[in-house]
Amino acid sequence: MMISKRRGGLAAASVLAAAALTVASCSSGSTPQSSGAPASSAAAQPVTIRVQTFGGGSNFGYEKAVAKWNAEHKDIQIKHENLTDQFEQQYWPQMIQWLQAGNGAGDVVGIDEGGMGLAKANPNWWVDLKEHGLESRKADFPAWKWENGVATDGKVFGLGTDIGGMSICYRSDLFKKAGLPTERDKVSALWPTWDDFMKVGQQFQSKVKDTKWADGTNTLYQVVLYQEAAKNGNVSYFDQSNKLIVDSNPAVKTAFDFAQKMTQQGLTAKLRNFTDEWAAGTQKGAFATLGCPSWMLGVVSGNAGEGGAGKWDVAAVPGGGGNWGGSWLAVPKQTKHPKEAAMVADYLTQATTQASIFTDFGNMPSNTKAQQDPAVQGAKNEFFNDAPIGEIFAKSASSLQPVFLGVKHAQVKNAIESVIQGMDDGSVPHDKAWQQLVDDAVKAAG
Amino acid sequence: MSLDTLPRATRSAHRRDRPPGRRWRSRLDVKAMPYALVSPYFILFAAFGLFPLAFTLYYSLYDYDLAGTIEWAGLDNYTALLGDEDFWRAVVNTIGMFVLATVPQMILALFLANALNKRFRFRLAIRMSVLMPLVTSVVAVAVVFTQLFARDWGLVNWILSWFGVDALNWRAERIPSWIAIATMVDWRWTGYNAIIFLAGMQTIPRDLYEAAAIDGASRRRQFWQITLPMLRPTLIFVVLNSTIGGLTLFSEPTTFYNGNVDGGSQGQFQTVAMFIVKQGFREFDYGYAAAAAWLLFLLILIGAAINFLFVRRIGGTK
Repeated sequence: MMISKRRGGLAAASVLAAAALTVASCSSGSTPQSSGAPASSAAAQPVTIRVQTFGGGSNFGYEKAVAKWNAEHKDIQIKHENLTDQFEQQYWPQMIQWLQAGNGAGDVVGIDEGGMGLAKANPNWWVDLKEHGLESRKADFPAWKWENGVATDGKVFGLGTDIGGMSICYRSDLFKKAGLPTERDKVSALWPTWDDFMKVGQQFQSKVKDTKWADGTNTLYQVVLYQEAAKNGNVSYFDQSNKLIVDSNPAVKTAFDFAQKMTQQGLTAKLRNFTDEWAAGTQKGAFATLGCPSWMLGVVSGNAGEGGAGKWDVAAVPGGGGNWGGSWLAVPKQTKHPKEAAMVADYLTQATTQASIFTDFGNMPSNTKAQQDPAVQGAKNEFFNDAPIGEIFAKSASSLQPVFLGVKHAQVKNAIESVIQGMDDGSVPHDKAWQQLVDDAVKAAG
Repeated sequence: MSLDTLPRATRSAHRRDRPPGRRWRSRLDVKAMPYALVSPYFILFAAFGLFPLAFTLYYSLYDYDLAGTIEWAGLDNYTALLGDEDFWRAVVNTIGMFVLATVPQMILALFLANALNKRFRFRLAIRMSVLMPLVTSVVAVAVVFTQLFARDWGLVNWILSWFGVDALNWRAERIPSWIAIATMVDWRWTGYNAIIFLAGMQTIPRDLYEAAAIDGASRRRQFWQITLPMLRPTLIFVVLNSTIGGLTLFSEPTTFYNGNVDGGSQGQFQTVAMFIVKQGFREFDYGYAAAAAWLLFLLILIGAAINFLFVRRIGGTK
């Protein structure tokens, strides 16, 4: 029975191949004979490549790029699944489970910087992209972005997608209501430092009663943490030897102190980022500013919806640049189509793809060729009142430094964010918050 | 075919001197067949009940982490758990939510069943409608309730504001979060329990009520002195069921926090089941999670025993 079935399949395939051959020879016209092999593979069932990502709003910005690929490649179809808003709490634990079990993960999966430490330490999870000729991509990326996609055993497993950069997204319509300047250069001039930022916040809240200054403690905490990490040897929760340094790294304390001041002054809407309430708050004007790495632009425009267009704008971040976030694409070893998956990962990280993602959604390319693309450098974002995002993000992109993140970064980050959030919602007393942050971090690092 | 052609007498003679092998087989048929027929349940129970139980017990004695390293840990996981504040917080949350959910639920279900046990129009339709919440998906229920209990634009806070109550942050404060979750649980299960109570009530002989009515017992007296004591077996079943359900509560509180097993920024409403999932599948500390699962099992046994003793006394005259 097995045999006859297989034979039937073969027969069907050969009929299809023959049909394809005739079609091919008809369409090509002048070249009457092409070799049989490619034609028969083209006629086979199209291979479906599942691309799994995470993130709010437009997340990785793959909507148009996937549609384009699918229209051009009948034999390989991409199925893009954005699994959840939350990386540390949901996406990554689930992904680790799938990778460990050897079943369930997509053919191409997105990994946030916070998961890369663990991903690098587990080369057996991944397909070596060198085997598919992708070592040639090395020249496309800044050294650190490339190196971070190389596992401990030298296997190339991750191709860079985007990088963070930093800005502040603000509601210009609400700024106007508060009598503040609305033009982005003047807005940027309002807050050279974070203290100025809080002062303007007080001013704003005294005028606009229903809206808080910032979304919550977490988003701005991250912004400050990454800025400070750059000043403290580019490390945050772990040092280069994967030792927990939460209590000794001044960057963490500075960011914590800032978050505490924000909540003590009542400047936050007490919303945790990447939750439904936070997304609803973006739409309904619960807050006027938000820390915005480049990829956050797509999250904001996605959450705010059509009605938010033109109300949001982008200004410079107080206290200079920083690099929060950025992701990689990897091909899990369990995929049945490593070759096709590698092709898709290659395509999604190409300069042209990344450039169009940036102009459409705002995720800043990590691909240096894309960064230098005049279309990227001159890009404006329609949703954000035609903000010159190319100027804001692309100009500084080449100078961005990576922050080292340990193997257990995702767990520690979640534990710390929970304390920062707890401080904001009142469940952690201010005088005990720092101690609890350190204790919970130690516990999460296990 | 050939047997049919034989006369009756010869056929019975044939049967008597069957070869011993066949007799043995027939005895096997009588003795073993019943066991074989009931075995599917026991095989399934062994595979999906007993084996996981033993397996969990086995791994609870090991330090088994993500990297796959398995080391003997003895009772270390258990001693660590007993000293783990997070675990005890989860236990308190679980019991708190169980009490907040179950007590009103039982009382409501009882009175609902009593009301449904009367003659009125569209009786069947109304009895059926009580079961409606049960057939809706838990997640759908939780999503709707999550919006009702939202801090900023939630219906419940809006109604509370009429009475001058400030907006409650239902996910940040411990007791309000328990109330919100208990409401979800009750909405779903009250009707189900009411139907079971109703079935129990219908087995109570009518003549008891008639005799009581002749003796001049009021409706209320009849309820307390006839319905409730006669309902005791049903009550025990329902309470045990709710205990098991309540102490393994997972879906409602998880969906209430964006599908997160953290249960609030500081575990305000993290149940033991969520704690287990977090330890096992977020921190990848399988041994620790297994030990917590065993402690939950013990907790359920204790809870069930207490409730059983309590319910046995309800309405009792002795």
